[in-house]
Amino acid sequence: MSVLEVVLRAASVLAAFLVLPLLVGQAEHKVMAHMQGRLGPMYAGGFHGWAQLVADGAKFIQKEDIVPARADKRLFRLAPGIALVPYMVALATVPIHPGVAAIDVPASAILVLVATGVGALGTLIAGWASANKYALIGALRSAAQLVSYELPLVLAVASICLAGGSLSLATLTDRWQPHWLLWQLPGAVVFLVAAVAELQRPPFDAPVADSELVMGPWTEYTGLRFAFFLLAEYAGIVVLSLLFAVLWLGGWHGPWSDQLGFVWTLAKGFLVAVVILWLRIAWPRLREDQLQRLAWLTLVPLALLQLGLTGVGVVMGW
Amino acid sequence: MSEEQPEAEVAEPVTRPTPQARGKRGKAPGILPGIIQGLVTTAKTAMKPTHTAEYPDVQPVLPPRSRGVIALLDENCTSCMLCARECPDWCIYIDSHKETLPATTPGGRERQRNVLDRFAIDFSLCMYCGICVEVCPFDALFWSPEFEYAELDIRDLLHEKPRLGEWMATVPPPPALDERAAEPAEVVAANRPPRVVRPGLAARGADAGAEPGGEA
Repeated sequence: MSVLEVVLRAASVLAAFLVLPLLVGQAEHKVMAHMQGRLGPMYAGGFHGWAQLVADGAKFIQKEDIVPARADKRLFRLAPGIALVPYMVALATVPIHPGVAAIDVPASAILVLVATGVGALGTLIAGWASANKYALIGALRSAAQLVSYELPLVLAVASICLAGGSLSLATLTDRWQPHWLLWQLPGAVVFLVAAVAELQRPPFDAPVADSELVMGPWTEYTGLRFAFFLLAEYAGIVVLSLLFAVLWLGGWHGPWSDQLGFVWTLAKGFLVAVVILWLRIAWPRLREDQLQRLAWLTLVPLALLQLGLTGVGVVMGW
Repeated sequence: MSEEQPEAEVAEPVTRPTPQARGKRGKAPGILPGIIQGLVTTAKTAMKPTHTAEYPDVQPVLPPRSRGVIALLDENCTSCMLCARECPDWCIYIDSHKETLPATTPGGRERQRNVLDRFAIDFSLCMYCGICVEVCPFDALFWSPEFEYAELDIRDLLHEKPRLGEWMATVPPPPALDERAAEPAEVVAANRPPRVVRPGLAARGADAGAEPGGEA
């Protein structure tokens, strides 16, 4: 791999990382507005407010960057980066076209899971470093949520890896069969629920519950650092939606997949992202105990069941 | 669903059957569980046209009786001060003077007339009760749906006669009468056939006409 190619790949990942989350964010503005009988942003950029998030970004840049006096200053400044960068790494590993992924490593499925796990650590660090009770409570909730939902997430992905007989996302997508839609359905549901919880999106937004904890671990953040947390959240939606599309919906599989493979991947991923947004719009927040109950009494057993089913299927040669 | 409601009413004490029935209705609106119902409702709403009024770009369609601003038709005003005195927060200012009109016929009486010098409404005080419009006996005050007269300084909301007069152009015509409603009093009066003076009464009428003058 030449230096030019490395630079090109890195630049394309960065471009995707900056554009796709904004697309999801704009979709959230618009979808939520219409689901509530409103129009959403209409002015920024002229046509249906397409530049609203760019304008928001420009506003965030102008804000004062405040670090609380009693905060752990280095960690406080570092936390947004820890939340943001792993998602970029994760995005780079997603195969979007037959044979095309920015980083093609043998065990990319594991790399993605680790990266998203590290991304959630950014929230913990932010909560601890802020020296604020709301931030700390939010971080503790976030930690509890992370522990509970990381397990079903990993189990669900493990089931797909078992079915495809590989740890590489590209190989798994290659071996995807339409009947997996039914065979891997319980795992898909588990992954989707656990992914929403991992992203701390409603209905699993107890860590940032704005009616109880101001803004949870992000309470003390302002300006660009706060914007980075928001970007990380939407980048997380992009990564996990694409992952869902690649592993459960067959990624690039579809008519003319040799030419239009990446369109299929992005379209499926966007569809999943809209579902994630839809859940936020329609459902209220889960209480902390309901959240834990759902993870340990529903998702983990379901994921284990799926793993067993996959094992049976693999042995029987489905 | 319709079967559950009577059950709830039977189970509950007679004193408050309605809240219970309402609660049940809220809990189980159909066969779908509540969380699915939420998704269905939001999706349906997304398919319908939105309710947003794009106000500065699109002017709102206001009902004709909207209380936007009070307009003054100053030629109808007789400076009778009824509006200013009825105003609950005294936001109407009226100045006038009397003018003597010369007699129109030789040997006739000179007449006096009120001339309106100033008529101002302070819209920073006005509470839009409409009592002034109601109370005006000469139809000089009207409601106009015009509402875009915000000012940067509260003192600029005191509007004088010319400004109040400008708003007359925005006053909508009065709404049509209801179907089969009685005719307006003026129309009834105008259409009434002239009274036929009976010959026997003519002489007595002349006496009767003289009587009040005698009393006075």
